[in-house]
Amino acid sequence: MVENRPFLAVLTHLVLLAGVVIVAFPVYIALVAATHGPTALTSGAMPLLPGGELFANVMQVLTENRRGVAPFWLMAWNSLWMAVIITLGKIAISIISAFAIVYFRFPGRVLAFWLIFITLMLPVEVRIIPTFKVVADLGLLNSYAGLTIPLIASATATFLFRQFFMTIPDELMEAARVDGAGPLKFFRDILLPLSRTNIAALCVILFIYGWMQYLWPLLVTIDPNYYTLMMGVKRMAAVSDADPQWNIIMAAVLLAMLPPILIVVFMQRLFVKGLVETEK
Amino acid sequence: MDTKRTVFPARGLPYLLVAPQLLITLIFFIWPAGQAVKSSFEAEDPFGLSTRFVGMQHYLRLFSEPAYLASIGRTAVFALAVSIISMGFALILAVAVNRLVRSASAYSTLLLWPYAVSPVVAGILWWFIFNSTTGILPFALEQIRIRWNHQLNGTQAMILIIIAASWKQVSYNFLFFLAGLQSVPQSLNEAAAIDGAGPVKRFWTIVFPLLSPTTFFLLIVNLNYTMFDTFGIVDATTGGGPNQATNTLVYKVYTDGYIGLNLGSSSAQSVILMAFVIALTVIQFRYVERRVQY
Repeated sequence: MVENRPFLAVLTHLVLLAGVVIVAFPVYIALVAATHGPTALTSGAMPLLPGGELFANVMQVLTENRRGVAPFWLMAWNSLWMAVIITLGKIAISIISAFAIVYFRFPGRVLAFWLIFITLMLPVEVRIIPTFKVVADLGLLNSYAGLTIPLIASATATFLFRQFFMTIPDELMEAARVDGAGPLKFFRDILLPLSRTNIAALCVILFIYGWMQYLWPLLVTIDPNYYTLMMGVKRMAAVSDADPQWNIIMAAVLLAMLPPILIVVFMQRLFVKGLVETEK
Repeated sequence: MDTKRTVFPARGLPYLLVAPQLLITLIFFIWPAGQAVKSSFEAEDPFGLSTRFVGMQHYLRLFSEPAYLASIGRTAVFALAVSIISMGFALILAVAVNRLVRSASAYSTLLLWPYAVSPVVAGILWWFIFNSTTGILPFALEQIRIRWNHQLNGTQAMILIIIAASWKQVSYNFLFFLAGLQSVPQSLNEAAAIDGAGPVKRFWTIVFPLLSPTTFFLLIVNLNYTMFDTFGIVDATTGGGPNQATNTLVYKVYTDGYIGLNLGSSSAQSVILMAFVIALTVIQFRYVERRVQY
């Protein structure tokens, strides 16, 4: 700080506390709802302080089978698989294509780069029907392959690795070649270990990305056994029953949003690195 | 586009290495996009047996259709409101955190986690808060004589999705504003302080102009986010209603095509949206990459 102004220091903390409270508000309300019994939320005004029923509600979410959705653990399993396959798949195909583009000169190299670049401009949201049709024609509806493979192409991860490879000194590669290492050995023994932090940061970002997917699973799964958590909680919340069980629904919502939040909180450095680097 | 000074002399290998990425790109990105362009110029007969070329008919009809024009206007209002609100709020928080030394990282953690909340969950959370029977905010608004019912009132439904979408985007903007603020040279601030400029004047004459590359970059990213990544928010809160009041362009592509099975029109809408994304991406890479410097 440039100069000492006690008033500004107090104001700074007040602004930040207000910000933290506003940001946390919706989750706090969900938490309050998830900690009460079934009657507290339907009888007039909502309570403002947490109750003691959280554990019971969570147990009910985890064990009970609800109409229209798959069992909670199955949806969690599907979400986990989807996020993990997308993460590993994106990293794997991006790192090898970046390797090819940086360390080889071959006809069609620039074309390959531009084709990958174009994926940035074609998010799934703008080509819903034809992409659905391709996946249906390939027989991939209601499968992990259909849920993940169409999302695996990644221009941002490829750019990130390309940029990183460009900063690796040429001498490393020349030395490896002098010592008789082929491209695959160089990739495995030198590039991969050097890329460790980048891979870790990408893992954090991509896992969150995969976990959050909603529109794509909504399109390609009709069989409830392939529903993901994001679809499941939306369907639970959307039931227009006379008596929606808010405490159970909100407990399910909290459980569904918890894994990526824990990742952001406990791997904050990797998360920030991943987010900032992928946007370059 | 550069390679290394020396490269590996392999013939087949590089093709094998780019093949997986290119195959997925061609099958799941470029081919469907081409199909969308193609079917935006075609009409199917009612039984889906034959298609014929109809030229610009779908596009002409879209742009003469009040519902579509209204959807463009609505999406523009939504995108601008969310960008301004979430960027403004994030900038205030980032400036505040940037003033702190010891507690900065604790506050950052407390402000960053909403990034990990998916749009559809953000939608459910705010929908629960605003729902007209048990929601807490309608109850509070009742006390100041405002009747909240976003299921009937289109303006209120729009406010609801703006709040939900802005809330989710604050942490992203905060992170980038904070990084931008930290790269403003401290010596400039100190020099201005010695010359007698107060904190407010220093912010507007030094810090804010130096932040303009970050601000511009974030504006593009936010427009992209509100136009394309908010499907879950709309789907979980209003479903495009009431009476189309929150039917944004992306949501309309989904409802017209996937639900309403109006393929030609939906494809034409897809193509128009592609043009939007391409424009935004080109702007981002042409002007943002250069990072305006003073």
